[in-house]
Parts: sequence; C-alpha cells; structure tokens
Amino acid sequence: MPARRRAAVTIIAIGVALLAFPFVDRNNAQIDFMANAGAFILLALGLNIVVGFAGLLDLGYAAFFAIGSYSYAMLASQQFGIHIPFWVMLFVASGIAAIFGILLGAPTLRLRGDYLAIVTLGFGEIVPQTFLNLEKYTNGPNGISSLDQPSLFGKAFGFSATPYYYVTLVLIALGIVVASNLQNSRLGRAWMAIREDELAARHMGINTTAAKLSAFALGASFSGLAGVVYAAKLNLVSPDEFQFNVSVLVLSMLVLGGMGNIAGVIIGSFVLSFINSFLLPQSTSLAHAAGLVNLDFTNYRFMLYGVILVLMMLFRPEGLIPSRQRKAEFHEALSDPTLAAQEQAEYSGAAAAP
Amino acid sequence: MEIFFQQVVNGLSLGGIYALIALGYTMVYGIIELINFAHGDVYTLGTFFSLAILSAIGVSGEVHGPALIGIVALAVLSAMLLCGVTGVLIERLAYRRLRNAPRLAPLITAIGMSFILENVMQLWRGPSPVPFPQVIPNPSASFGGVVVSAKQVLVVGLAVVMMAALQVFIYNTKLGKAMRATAQDRDAAQLMGININTTIALTFLIGSALAGAAGFVSGVYYGTTWFFNGFEAGLKAFTAAVLGGIGNVAGAMLGGFLIGLVEAVATQYIPGGAQWSNVVVFSVLVLVLIFRPSGLLGESLPEKV
Amino acid sequence: MTPMLRLSEVRKVFGGLVALNDLSFEVAPGSIVAMIGPNGAGKSTVFNLITGVYQPTHGSIDLEGRSLRGLDTAAIASLGIARTFQNVRLFAFMSARDNVMTGRHARMRANLVDSLLHTPAQRAEEKSVRERARELLRFVGLEREADSYARNLPYGSQRRLEIARGLAGDPKLLLLDEPAAGMNPKEKESLIDLIGRIRARGVTIFLIEHDMQLVMNVSERVTVLDHGEKIAEGAPEVVRRDERVIEAYLGRADGAA
Ligand SMILES: Nc1ncnc2c1ncn2[C@@H]1O[C@H](COP(=O)(O)OP(=O)(O)OP(=O)(O)O)[C@@H](O)[C@H]1O
Ligand SMILES: [Mg+2]
Repeated sequence: MPARRRAAVTIIAIGVALLAFPFVDRNNAQIDFMANAGAFILLALGLNIVVGFAGLLDLGYAAFFAIGSYSYAMLASQQFGIHIPFWVMLFVASGIAAIFGILLGAPTLRLRGDYLAIVTLGFGEIVPQTFLNLEKYTNGPNGISSLDQPSLFGKAFGFSATPYYYVTLVLIALGIVVASNLQNSRLGRAWMAIREDELAARHMGINTTAAKLSAFALGASFSGLAGVVYAAKLNLVSPDEFQFNVSVLVLSMLVLGGMGNIAGVIIGSFVLSFINSFLLPQSTSLAHAAGLVNLDFTNYRFMLYGVILVLMMLFRPEGLIPSRQRKAEFHEALSDPTLAAQEQAEYSGAAAAP
Repeated sequence: MEIFFQQVVNGLSLGGIYALIALGYTMVYGIIELINFAHGDVYTLGTFFSLAILSAIGVSGEVHGPALIGIVALAVLSAMLLCGVTGVLIERLAYRRLRNAPRLAPLITAIGMSFILENVMQLWRGPSPVPFPQVIPNPSASFGGVVVSAKQVLVVGLAVVMMAALQVFIYNTKLGKAMRATAQDRDAAQLMGININTTIALTFLIGSALAGAAGFVSGVYYGTTWFFNGFEAGLKAFTAAVLGGIGNVAGAMLGGFLIGLVEAVATQYIPGGAQWSNVVVFSVLVLVLIFRPSGLLGESLPEKV
Repeated sequence: MTPMLRLSEVRKVFGGLVALNDLSFEVAPGSIVAMIGPNGAGKSTVFNLITGVYQPTHGSIDLEGRSLRGLDTAAIASLGIARTFQNVRLFAFMSARDNVMTGRHARMRANLVDSLLHTPAQRAEEKSVRERARELLRFVGLEREADSYARNLPYGSQRRLEIARGLAGDPKLLLLDEPAAGMNPKEKESLIDLIGRIRARGVTIFLIEHDMQLVMNVSERVTVLDHGEKIAEGAPEVVRRDERVIEAYLGRADGAA
C-alpha cells in the first residue's frame, strides 16, 4: 500500500519536524506563538466534533475555554489556596468542561439548528459575564493571576514557552487520535446521521439525546484542556479573553480549513493563528518602520474573520481542505433545487447540517 | 410602587427600540428562515448614519421650533434609507446566493457580515463610544413621582407609529400581500406570479429601514453609541422576536416591549442588577426556546413527515 | 395468537383536523398487509403514530401485545420496528454502506469508550457490521454502490437502500410508505420480488401503496382508509369490488376534475 506508506512517512516527517522545532528555532517568541497556536488547534479539534461531526452549530464554544481556564486559575493558585498539580488539572478541567458541555447542551437538545446556535451564543455570553460578576471568587475584571507553574520531574516550566509547546503537541496528537477514532465508530456514524437527518436517525434507534450530549461533552473537554494550558502559560485569566469573537475565531478556523475534516481543521486553525498573531503584527511593524505610523493591520482582525466566513461560505463552503462528504454536500445542494426544496421541507425539527 | 412604575416607563422606552429592531429579525426570518445576524449592526449603522447627517448639516445641540421636526425627519429618513440600502445590498451580495445552501451556511455568512460591519464602523468612528448630539429638548413631567421624559415619549411614539404603518402595509397593500404569500409558501407564491427576489429584497429594505429608525432613536435616547452596540441590542431584539413568535409582526412588537420591561425591572430589583440584566435576558431567550419555541403569539403543529 | 401490531381506536387530531378517527386494526405476524386510501386519508399518519413521531390523541398501539405508549421513536425502533419514508430520508451524504451500518445502530454494543479507543471488541463488531451491510446491499441489489453517497443513487436505488437500512437492525416489522412511488414497471417488479424475499426472512410487512397492481400482487390483507376512517378491510380482491372503496376513489377523482 504505497499511498498508506506515503501518508505514514509524511506524518512521521511532520512529527519529527515539530519535535525538533524548538531546537532549530530558539526564538522564544516564535515558540510561544506555536504553543498558542497549538491551544487553538485543540479548540478547533473540539469544536469540530460538535459542529463538523454532529452538525450542532455551537456559537458559544469560548465558554468552555473560559471554564477550563478558570478551573485552573481557581484550583491551582493562591486564589483559594488550592494547588492541584497541572497534570492532574488537565483531567479535572476537561472533566469540568465536559460536565458544563452537558449542562449547557441539554437545553438545546430539541432546538432546530439555528435556534441552537443562538442559544449557545447566549450561553457563551452568560458564562464570561458570570465570571466577571462573581467578583468574590474571580476578582471580576482583574481576573486571577499568579497561577501555579507546572513542573515535570521536579523541574518547573519557568517562563520559557518550550515546555508548553511540547505539552500542546502531545495533547494535539492525542486529540487527533481521539477525534479520528470517534469519526469511524458507532458514535461517529450516529453523529453524522443526526447531522444529515435527525428524524431518520431516531428511526435507527439512535438516542439523539445521548449522542448530542456526548458530542457537547467531548467537544467541551478539548477546550478544557486548551484552557488549562493557555491559563498556565499566560499565568493569568481574565473574563475578557473569552468573548464572542473567540468563538467566532475558532469557527472561522473550521470554516477555513473544512468542517468535519481533521487535517483541514488543523491547517485552518494554524493558518488563522499565523495571520492573527504573526502576519498582522509583523506587517504593522513593517508599515510603521516604513513611516506609515497610522496603519495598524491588527485593527482589521474582525474584518478578517468576517471576510473568511462570508467568502468561504459563498465560494468554498467545504473549506480549503474539505472532507469528501462536505464538498459534495455544499456543491450539490447549491446546484440542485430539489434537494434544496427537500431541505426546506425538512427544516423544522431536524438537526442542523452546515 | 413608584419605583416599579418608573421602571415600567423606562422599560417601555427600551422596549420601543428593541421592538423596532425585532421587526427586522422577524420579517426576514418569516420569509427566508434566516437569523440575520448582521441586523443588530445595521441598527448601529443607523445611529452612525444619523449622526453623520446631523454633523453634515451642522447640528450639534438642541433644536427648537419647527426646525426640530424638519431635522428629526431628515435624520430619521436618511438613516432609514441608508440602512435600507445596506440591508438590500447584504441580501443581494451574500444571502441570495445561499438561499438553497445547507441551512447553516447563510447563518454563518450572516455572522461574518456582522463582523465586517462592526469592523467597518470601528475603523470609521473608532473603538470608543461616540457622543450623539442632544437634538431634542428633553423636558419631563412627573406623574405621582413617575418621571416621563420627552425622549421616552418620542421613542415609544415613533415605534408605535412605525409599527402601525408596517401593519397597514403588510395587510393592505399588494406588496405586503406578496410578502405574506412568499413567507407562507415560496413556490406557490412564485407560481402565482410573485417576484420572489424583489419581495425578499423589499423585506430586507423595510426591516433594515426600521433598524435605521431605531438607530436614530437610540442615539437620541442614550446620547451615545459605539461600533459594538448592535451585538447586544441585536441579541435582545432577537430574543424579543422569538418571545413574540418569530415571523409574527405583532409578536415582535409585544416581545420588544416585554424584553424592555424585563430588562428594566431586572436592573432595578436584582441585587447588582445592571450586571446581570444581560444574563436575565438571555435566560428568557433560552427558556422561551425550550418551553414555547413558537413564542407567545405563534402556534405550533408537529413537523410533517 | 397475539398480533404483531394492533391499533385500537387510535385517534389523531392536528389543530382542528381529525386526521385519524378511532382507527382499529391488526397485522398478523409473518403477513404482508397493505393500507390504501386517497391522498390525505391519514395513511402516513398511521406510520408516524406507530413509530412515535406523533403521539395518538387517544387510543393505543401495541407491538406483540406490548404497548408503545409513551415510548419515543428511538425506543420503538429498538423494539424492532423499521420503516421507510414517503419522501426518501436517507443520510444523503453518507455512503450507502454507512447508511446501512447506521441502520444497525440499535443492535450494536460499542459504547463511548469503545468508540474512543477502538477496543478489540469494537473493531470486531465494526467488521461484522460492515460484512452484514455488504450482505444486505447485495440482498437489495446494491452491492456495487457501497461507496456511493446515498444522494448520488438513482431514485429507485435510494428506495431500495432505505429498505436495506431498515433491515439492518433485524426488525420484526417493516413499514414501507409508498415503496413503489416513482418507480418504473421494471423496478416495481423487482420490488415485488424483494418484498417477497423480505417476508421469507421472517419479517412482517405493513405497506402503504397507491399502486393497486402491486397491492393486489403482494398483500394478503388490505385496509382502506378515507378521511381518517377505515372504510373497508379484507382480501385484496374483495376490497377491490367494495362499493365504498370505489366511491372513495372515484369521488375524489370527480372532485379533482
Ligand atoms: N404534522 C402535521 N400537522 C398538521 N397536519 C398534518 C400533519 N401531518 C399530517 N397532517 C394532515 O393529516 C392528514 C393526513 O395526512 P397523511 O400524510 O397521513 O395522509 P396520507 O394518507 O399519507 O396521504 P398521501 O397519500 O398524500 O401520502 C392530511 O390532511 C395532512 O395535511
Ligand atoms: Mg402519505
């Protein structure tokens, strides 16, 4: 099987390159960037389970990122004098995020796709607002700082980004395995069936409640992990890091790369992080150096997300690296009025399929 | 008790603004089943447009006498026109192509549109709040301790007039009937010779124009705005539309006033209320969608299979 | 003998419309029973009530003597009732194989952990279900379409795929809602053959059909519905000559003209 071997070789090569990266490039800022991008890849992998696999458009995904981050901040800092180790917190926080995934997913179970989107958006607003308002526990707008530093074999991570980089790398590798295992399983098929036609899925004996909740829980657990790593690395959490634009950023990553496709999602996520934290600031510095002091490309960030969402939906809805399925879905639907009519007829009640 | 009635008055004025915005959500949803996420930003654009008009004609403070009516009319109508055109353009450039796409594609596009509009406004008027001139003299009267200001009368009055006009339009004109027919069954409407594209564009025109009017009113009422204003207001207005029964024009008005009341009362009576008022409104949204997704005035039958 | 399916005085009201008016009848195990009636008579509503899509306004529905009251669609499906839809409802952008494998869902064991970790038991199960799907696709004559999207199959094949998907869960009772709709005569013939072979597997079949020839050909008993009421019941050739049945059909035709 040469194709398979080629794939294996590619994966190993990428893996080695990624492992060697901090040795080759010793610029801490760039490793830092890679670690942050890694956290967002985790977020994107998680959201992909909910949106890409199960077709549930979650617009409040940042809430679970917030929950993961705040879990670490509250359980591994001076805030309450609780100091659960970082490694344990990875499990605890992803568990807490998963529980909230179920709690916040449950009310949406019977909603049709677009209403579900809006309700999750509402939750996405409520959660950070709650962290903001519960000043007694969260220090309100100031956030919680001086979080515990992770350490491994007695050696603290310190302020170097490198250990965080390796942690995210491992987590992403695990995330990929988990996501692709899920995709090719009884549960993964159930998700896709719900995405395609929820009513028909129920006729297969699929417990749509359990299937959707497990999508919400698993999706959220990824962002719990991302939250812990992100918080520990930043050594700070504050409620304004988890606004709606973060949810939309992660969604844009999926849309750019290709919803439902694991490789696409990773690449979309990386590209967008690269533009966001590297290209825009760098080109701004260049512009400033060239005397264009009023030009600040970072001010165009929202425009960037917006343009990606609009242009991709209009011209390449399956993403840059589509899953075979999604590509057919979008294109045929666009060019086939009967399918569209059917979609229209099935609109109410049925699950969402973006 | 006075405090309560004061909050009722405040809530009604807030509600007037929400109701005007909610109409656009409900009309568009009624006709193409799209939550037009960018609608809240069109409303903010309305405030900025009227602000631009006022600056252009050199108005920066109170105006008195007949000139006031002229200036208010000019500002409202231009905001309505410009927002209406913006809405039609958005529909034409983005949503129309996606009418037959899988159903979440237009919603995602609408979110993208919203981000674009917000960013454009941010680049245009900066990231901080922008003051809105106090064009209208604001005497107030007290009724047994409950203060009603001229602005509040204006907000509620304008909202009610617009909504009455809309009702008349929808139920008594040929175009209005075409809109209702298209909302009910697009294919049948097309067979009856109704131009679907025009009708949908008209829906966007009217809905966005109403948002433009709301934008002016909110500028006068709050005396300030900023580029991100429409996000929250839009969500609240959408909540209002759902509460009233999406697709239902009378429901949008009812929902708008109710949400305004809920917000005002919550702000007053919940400890630290202002902080929690958004949480309260979103909770209303969630509860309505779970327990009565057809809203107060909508009726629901099971999905046909 | 307990009937496979029993409806007793089932009534269904939508808003103000009485879609079914106290309908009672039985389906004997191992039989092929048809239901006919003019458009809007309430036939599909009967299926929707059986599979729990709608709840009856009153009356009861039993499967092998067990009441289905209060059970949801998934639970009813798991009890062994499979169905096809009047407007095909396949998982359009899943392969034919995945459609059939999904039809096996209720009989599969893999839980969340198995799905996450791909345990040996999970792999073995996937393999056998895959094999089973292959067998069923062959059974309905779609073995070569296993990798095509359901969506890309011709209409007649989609209908057969829907049947294969329904059979995947080893149902006791298979409900077919107008299985011959949109088929050409040749396809109808092979459908008749397929229905016979399904019964030979021990599956009871309850079908709705407008095509009289097909009904006469395959079914042992026919129930006729009009305006939500049962107006006739019995052997096909008897029902065919029934005054009220003729009137119901002709009357409707007159009205339409
Ligand atoms: N969910 C629903 N809400 C409201 N009315 C419904 C619903 N489902 C069915 N009906 C009505 O109930 C009646 C019976 O419909 P049903 O679909 O059962 O007819 P049918 O016999 O299957 O007709 P056809 O041969 O056209 O398929 C019709 O008048 C239909 O409009
Ligand atoms: Mg029918």
